[in-house]
Amino acid sequence: MIRLDKIVKTYGTGEARVDAVKEISLEIRENEFVSLIGPSGSGKSTLMSIMGCLDSPTSGEYFFEGRDVSRLSSNELAEIRNKEIGFVFQSFNLLPYATAFENVEMPMIFKGVSSRARKERAMALLDSVRLSKRARHKPGELSGGEIQRVSIARALANDPKLILADEPTGNLDTRAGDEILAVFDELWKQGRTLVLITHNPDIARITPRIISLHDGRIVN
Amino acid sequence: MKTAHLMKLFLRELKHQRKRMTLTILALVWGTFSIVVLLAFGNGLQIQMVKANRGLGEGIVIVSGGQTSKPWQGLGKGRPISLAEEDIDLLRKRIPGIEFISPENERYGLTMTYGRKSITQNVIGVFPSFKEMRTYYPEGGGRFLNEPDLDGERRVIFLGTNVKDKMFGAEDAVGKTVLVNNIPFTVVGVMKKKMQNSYYNGPDVDKAAIPFSTYAAIFGEKYLHRMIYKPADPAAASVIKDDLYRILARKYKFDPADRQALSLWDTIEEQKTFMKVFAGIQIFLGIVGGLTLLVAGVGVANIMYVSARRRTREIGIKMALGAKKRHIQLQFVSEALMISLAGGVIGILLSLAAVGLTAGLNLQGGAADILAHPVVSTKIMFLTAGILGIVGFLAGYFPARRAAALNPVEALRYE
Repeated sequence: MIRLDKIVKTYGTGEARVDAVKEISLEIRENEFVSLIGPSGSGKSTLMSIMGCLDSPTSGEYFFEGRDVSRLSSNELAEIRNKEIGFVFQSFNLLPYATAFENVEMPMIFKGVSSRARKERAMALLDSVRLSKRARHKPGELSGGEIQRVSIARALANDPKLILADEPTGNLDTRAGDEILAVFDELWKQGRTLVLITHNPDIARITPRIISLHDGRIVN
Repeated sequence: MKTAHLMKLFLRELKHQRKRMTLTILALVWGTFSIVVLLAFGNGLQIQMVKANRGLGEGIVIVSGGQTSKPWQGLGKGRPISLAEEDIDLLRKRIPGIEFISPENERYGLTMTYGRKSITQNVIGVFPSFKEMRTYYPEGGGRFLNEPDLDGERRVIFLGTNVKDKMFGAEDAVGKTVLVNNIPFTVVGVMKKKMQNSYYNGPDVDKAAIPFSTYAAIFGEKYLHRMIYKPADPAAASVIKDDLYRILARKYKFDPADRQALSLWDTIEEQKTFMKVFAGIQIFLGIVGGLTLLVAGVGVANIMYVSARRRTREIGIKMALGAKKRHIQLQFVSEALMISLAGGVIGILLSLAAVGLTAGLNLQGGAADILAHPVVSTKIMFLTAGILGIVGFLAGYFPARRAAALNPVEALRYE
């Protein structure tokens, strides 16, 4: 599904130079459920940005479904993010002024899906995370767990192959967190590929494969 | 992107930057107001000037004799050339492109009497075609001199507006008899009031006209003071002018290239220059207004920069969800356009009100005749809308480009 080959990401130059990711090579196959674990500053967020096509590596190659995407333009990367990748963030990143429904609809607007199809799909997704009754509510009117379920529904909007979740339970209480993890487990069973970024070994333990990062390198 | 979504974002931004928005929209209103009002006054000025020009006559040429400036066929230079009555017929026959032609001779200081009132008055002798060429239109109940008047050497007279007022006051003049140097004339018409900004020997409202034949019979002059002609097609004016020089040069023996031999007042040529000057004035006024609007545009751009910065996180989220550059750009450009539209609509409404009010006052007399009659044309509206659109687009484009160039990772991290 994705393959990283000697990926390096460096920020800054000279004295201020930081090597966030140092020659990481790894492969994640279709329908894997992988945890990326490491302390803060280990490079896991940077690695996720590259895997999520939010950023380009300084050097090395990144193959997404066999296609080298490490040198694509920002618009081409946007298209991959839009159609192939769903993001779930620790800080949710829902648009605060938009309703749950509008948030879920957003990726489909960028894809150019018709208004009717958008409506149908967004409602079905909200229903699947048991939030159809909250569709007209804004994030401020929802609980943390509900917000994260909305963002999962949004991540699934264009039916992506890869779900990237960056500390998805970090801002939730245990009960809500467990609920989210259960949803991920469900998605995995439906055949999706998931990468879960966390610093918490207890959460990482639910995934069949764990990749540990330390100081920009894989350490297992 | 969805219009409703863009609208929602705009309204939210409106709330967030209320003070800055208000000031900017105010600047846009003022800029729009300036453009429309300036151009409307310029336009009105032009319309009034054209109207006033029409007082003398449109597309006419006034010809009188001159003095040769070049030797010709043994004749020296500095020889005066005087026109004669038969030249009228000569030109009429030889130049078919002339639609109207009339002689005009003028006597100064005649005594005109009605009842016990006596004034000193200029009188001109002309053809009936003078009416169309020199806009000697009669007021209701009267007429201008006609062909039978001319053929019959009738003693009839057409009075200028002021002459009638001086002689008759409020009394009706048509049908009454006035004495000119003790010769009785019947008043056949009074000139309709008109605006006139260029004239020779005083304005038309102060003149009195009699048939040329009557004039010739009474005063018996050898030479023609001047003649006035109007080409059927203004585009043929210069060809006709050349013909006229050629024909008269042959008759009076001067060099056809010697333009000093005849004195020509070409209002057609003058009109062209006049239109160019006015186009220049309008462009100048447009630029002045446009600059005002440009300042407002800087305000819009400022709002959009602030807004782009404030919404960095939102832009990052949208990018993560797959928004392309154009999606982000569209958002900011459309917002800038919406702000411009808001300011523009208010500005246009205010300027229409101001123009309507000024025109409604209908100020008369002196400079007000020319200056106080602004007119908004569709051209002005389109121009204003166009400038607003360009200003709005540019004001949105640069902040939009910057927003769209953000790095998604950094934008997402922005607090």
